[in-house]
Amino acid sequence: MLNPRRIDQVMTGGLSRRSFVTTTVGGAVGLALLPGVSLAQDGKPKPGSKPTEQPLAFITIARDGTTTILCNRMDMGQGIETGLAMICAEELEADWSKVRTGFGDQKGAYVDPMFGIHLTGGSNSVKNSFQQYRELGARTKAMLLAAASESWGMPASSLKAENGVISGGGKSAGYGEFFDTAMKGTVPEAVTLKDPKSFKLIGQPTGLVVSKAKSTGTQAYGMDVQLPGMAVAVIQRPPVFNGKIAKLDAAEALKVKGVKAVLPVTLDRGGQGVAVVASGYWAAKKGRDALKVDWDLGGVAKPDTAALTKQYLALARTPGTPAPKPEFQADASGWAKAPKKIMADFVFPYLNHAQMEPLACTVDLKADRCDFYYAAQMPGIDAMNLAKTVGLKPEQVQINVQMAGGGFGRRATPASEWPREAAAVAVALQQAGKPMPVKVIWSREDDVKAGYYRPMTVHRAEIGFDATGKVLGWQHRIVSQSILKGSPLEGFGYQKGVDGTTTEGMREPYEIPMNLSVHHPDVNVPVLWWRSVGSTHTAYVMETLVDEIAFATKQDPVAYRLKLMEGNAKAERHAQALQAAVDKSGYGKRKLKAGQAWGVAVHESFESVVAYVVVAHLKGKGKDRQAVLDEVHAGVHCNLCVNPKAVETQVQGAAIMALGTTMPTHRVTFKDGAVEQNNFYDMAMPRMPDAPKVMTVSIVPSLDPPKGMGEPGLPALAPALANAVARLTGQRQRELPFKFA
Amino acid sequence: MINLNVNGRAVSLDADPDMPLLWAVREELQLTGSKFGCGAAQCGACTMHVAGSPVRACMTPLSSVQGPVTTIEGLATDKVGQAVQAAWVEHDVAQCGYCQSGQVMSATALLKSNKKPSDAQIDEAMAGNICRCGTYTRIRAAIHAAAATLA
Repeated sequence: MLNPRRIDQVMTGGLSRRSFVTTTVGGAVGLALLPGVSLAQDGKPKPGSKPTEQPLAFITIARDGTTTILCNRMDMGQGIETGLAMICAEELEADWSKVRTGFGDQKGAYVDPMFGIHLTGGSNSVKNSFQQYRELGARTKAMLLAAASESWGMPASSLKAENGVISGGGKSAGYGEFFDTAMKGTVPEAVTLKDPKSFKLIGQPTGLVVSKAKSTGTQAYGMDVQLPGMAVAVIQRPPVFNGKIAKLDAAEALKVKGVKAVLPVTLDRGGQGVAVVASGYWAAKKGRDALKVDWDLGGVAKPDTAALTKQYLALARTPGTPAPKPEFQADASGWAKAPKKIMADFVFPYLNHAQMEPLACTVDLKADRCDFYYAAQMPGIDAMNLAKTVGLKPEQVQINVQMAGGGFGRRATPASEWPREAAAVAVALQQAGKPMPVKVIWSREDDVKAGYYRPMTVHRAEIGFDATGKVLGWQHRIVSQSILKGSPLEGFGYQKGVDGTTTEGMREPYEIPMNLSVHHPDVNVPVLWWRSVGSTHTAYVMETLVDEIAFATKQDPVAYRLKLMEGNAKAERHAQALQAAVDKSGYGKRKLKAGQAWGVAVHESFESVVAYVVVAHLKGKGKDRQAVLDEVHAGVHCNLCVNPKAVETQVQGAAIMALGTTMPTHRVTFKDGAVEQNNFYDMAMPRMPDAPKVMTVSIVPSLDPPKGMGEPGLPALAPALANAVARLTGQRQRELPFKFA
Repeated sequence: MINLNVNGRAVSLDADPDMPLLWAVREELQLTGSKFGCGAAQCGACTMHVAGSPVRACMTPLSSVQGPVTTIEGLATDKVGQAVQAAWVEHDVAQCGYCQSGQVMSATALLKSNKKPSDAQIDEAMAGNICRCGTYTRIRAAIHAAAATLA
């Protein structure tokens, strides 16, 4: 954003001027949604219901003042159920101590105002719903004032609404007294919003509304859903993606106490699996262990990591499809004749999301209705896909959105793969004459082995520069499977043969002559977004290479970056974020202990910028060496910060998640088509001893329209750590996880 | 029949002796505060106390349970547990929260055996509990804070 628009203070019938798209969940198939989704890219809001239909769908206030505000997103730990409630409560002038939160369902009222569907992703929640939730709060407050005015016979203008109480002319009563009457009144379209300078709640570090529930075991998640008469199922999936059942012997499985049925089911993308349905998880798992299945893997490609790496590295030496954005089409031929050069290949592995809550979806299929209970990240798309699977009309499908135990992208499969599998089990039970509610649970091994993954990615950079660090030409190629191509969301960013999620994060904010092309090989591995998506690898490549140029030309890495950003308006926020991290860390002003080194990186993703200054050291010897992160200092520019506590926790957590990507064994590899990893014992995750003792988060003050922070904390950490490691070893890390010689 | 004492309540279960304690508690007793994360004693989301010691309930067969079982629900009447939970809220530890029942159980067990743990002792005692949201720094601070309120 060059010149971000200032936040509207006053809104005059804003929503009413906008075009309404009747994005009911009524389309016949998921694809019917595509035009709506690509239309959303025009930047015009697409609210699901008119302003005059809104307040009751989101807000209820009980007699005692308990104020419940529904969230039109899924919460997977990003704290958006609290963030959106804060925005609404600010304008509503609610008593925050009485605010509770809940989730909306797949219906029209709860669609993202920009996308026209209920979708959580792209760090868009605050960005797209800031205005919407302010208006909801303001409209509800106006209706409460109107009801009080009527009841007391006083003009509304003489009344004050504050902290959940209406007062004036010596009278005073809580919002709960008027809510029911108020909601029978007219919903105003035009409302006046507060001056951001008078915000009381927005900008205050605020804990999660559900913090206590999450600390006492009372918060329910999708995994915890229990329905009367419910069975539990696990699915045996083929060892190679898209394999089919050749022969199934269920005799031993059916002998396991508690096993109710063994049913073949169709899986995502045409493969087959075997569902074992039982009285509970343990019986289902024992039943599955007793299955005898011969798999038909004929005609199924068997990915192999060693072979893929070779193939990708070779592809990266040949020109690919030009990335369509103009900033990627510079003449970079000057690189070959430059006085100084860097030629580098980078290899990034497939990654498992490894959210703590394995996938779980509960289905209650009746003759004329089907209820789903799961942590639904795209319930609008899912409802259409699921209606097809269960043979009902979309309006007969109800999706009850549950709290998610992490997500990081895994729950947002555009083809609704995992809820569709659960639906297929419910249908198979019905067809077998055993209709019953069923919860399909994934084991950790299922989650590790059955996809989807951050795509394996190879980069090749050929850079020429002079003694001052001026880049004369930067030729770059990326090899990676496309996430969007062929998916129902292809229209989102797959253009001219290049997936925008592969190239996002390249070049910016450095105005250097870059020529970028891309190869998208077809591989039999399902791929998906993984927290911060393309920036998981592009930030690493950009920020380690820029650092390398600084060192090759004997310049301070912070000063060199700031020099590259100079005069570029698009880089102002980057410079501010970097400076904030530098200032807090004491970079350049204090001496580190022997064996420690500084590392720096800065990156923008999803319109927010996060810079890191880290302090690290190495432990171990030789190839067993490992990087240890001692201190992390983050500088953040996300425009107006709604909840500094949420931003701090998101950045701290994203930094630790990114640290994981550098750790030995943190990857997914294939041999003979099968995933080699099983569980956390052979796929390491960051643990308490790996967490840095010092983590600071400095937020640059701003009143510009807020941007999201669920993902942007991730990309810059791994390159900052890699840059520190390069200082300590003199060797650049070209692979993740790190490898020491 | 398998006889257990869970959170001070005597229960009899007609269950497979191989069944891990976690599934008996979650599905038979309907106490869902203890979470399923890995099924392999690798992540600690299922942590309960058996006879006062932290165990990974996902790998603890019912037949091996000897002594009273305390789950996250049972901390409601436990002084140390309550101090830990209060510190968790005070320090805004939880993000998705899915692992936090297990984290709280491990932290409570630590503070019962060590009233003033050092950073290194916290690292060691909490190393078996994975948090993918990366709440470790705040967990560390909350444990120190809980120790201070209990002192």
